[in-house]
Amino acid sequence: MADNIYQRYQEALRALESGPQPGESPAEPRSVAGAPSHPSIVAMQERFGDAVLFWEVQAGDEHVVFIRPERNQEILRWLKEDPAQNYLYLSDVTAVDYGGGRPLQVVYQLWSQTHRRQLRVKAELPLSALEIDSAEPVWKTANWLEREVYDLFGIRFRGHPDLRRIMMPENYAEGHPLRKDFPLRGRFSRAEQTRRALTMETEAFYTPQELTFMHEADDAPAVPPGEVPVAPLAPAPGVESGGGAA
Amino acid sequence: MGVGEARERKNLPTVAATAGAGAGAKDGGAGWITTQLDWVVNWSRRNSLWPMPFGTACCAIEMMATAASKYDQARFGMERMSFSPRQADVLICAGRLPYKMAPVIRKIWDQMPQPKWAIAMGACASTGNIFDAYSMTQGIDTIIPVDIYIPGCPPRPEALLYGLMMLQEKIRGESVFDKALHERLRAEPPERAGKANLPPETIDEVALPFGNSTKQNRVSGLVSTAAVARPSDRQP
Repeated sequence: MADNIYQRYQEALRALESGPQPGESPAEPRSVAGAPSHPSIVAMQERFGDAVLFWEVQAGDEHVVFIRPERNQEILRWLKEDPAQNYLYLSDVTAVDYGGGRPLQVVYQLWSQTHRRQLRVKAELPLSALEIDSAEPVWKTANWLEREVYDLFGIRFRGHPDLRRIMMPENYAEGHPLRKDFPLRGRFSRAEQTRRALTMETEAFYTPQELTFMHEADDAPAVPPGEVPVAPLAPAPGVESGGGAA
Repeated sequence: MGVGEARERKNLPTVAATAGAGAGAKDGGAGWITTQLDWVVNWSRRNSLWPMPFGTACCAIEMMATAASKYDQARFGMERMSFSPRQADVLICAGRLPYKMAPVIRKIWDQMPQPKWAIAMGACASTGNIFDAYSMTQGIDTIIPVDIYIPGCPPRPEALLYGLMMLQEKIRGESVFDKALHERLRAEPPERAGKANLPPETIDEVALPFGNSTKQNRVSGLVSTAAVARPSDRQP
């Protein structure tokens, strides 16, 4: 009995070391037997055909659908706006690097409050072309989430309004830390890392708009006279200005 | 109980030890007025240490417990947490310090008036702990000078209180007339502001990889997924 447990432990360690095997690579199209049980995946296959590559079920009931990265914005917009899907809430945008030169996966985690459904949409990008359309025009919350993915994985989002680092310092020059080819301690020496950190301009991290927004409540004018004032945010359509509806 | 005995108990200079001494003793030792002034100054300093809390991680939870009623660091003179560095005496860095926070703690340290002391609370603030990673300073003493290092992950409130009392003991031994001490600790030329506490070669030396991180190569950037933290390397 003890030998058995020890052997299983050793096997688990070996599997942990070697990581995902090439046969398990998500880059290879897989055929899943039977029709998808998730209504959104059925509808996506009907509407988009080849753009929906394959789907799988993970961890019991987690439905993952892989799409072509060229059409991600179109598919995501449809998932949000189609009344039968209505995924109004984008929980998360993240990315996965399985290493070994395998493509990076961009992950969109969606939740439909109307239909009480969640769906995970993935798009795979080869390491040679890490570009994908931004989901920011569809969900505004994708702004910061995609900045995080860009910061840590180096994936560029086309059409993103403000694609710059969000977690690492503004003057960070060592690359994108969550990639598997990134050395754990960074590329620079500790002394150089310390020197760069201490020469960091902490306020340069923010745009003038963000700094103006932070000081808007102050009595002092937000912009010194003589400079071009920052245009205020346009009110959302249908919102009355100056007081709530009594 | 005689006067001399009482003074010994309070660490006061006895009359016999300072007999005939004025402002300065003839033999070059500290005089009676000097030592009395030191005693008063150190007594007031060590019993009114206002901490500047710099809590970045789980150590800060223990620091809050230390300030709360059960442990009550106000008993020892840390009357309140000073959330402005201008009124603070001792900076307590409770938790790990990422490089992004390094200029922040340096600025706070530069803003604190002299005399000031710093405590590195916990393993992360002292050495970087397990976070031998791209984002973490390997001990806050690379950024600011540190007086007391408190081990633990996190240290219990008793440990923080013990560290604070050790700092009180350290202050007890200081002298306002000690020029060497002044030049080493108190004199801070303006060009030191915002600079690292240690020279670059020392930072590299104290941050050398150890244990599992010796397998890392910081300059290569090689593509390898298998060599990063092999679990079997930790097997006996």
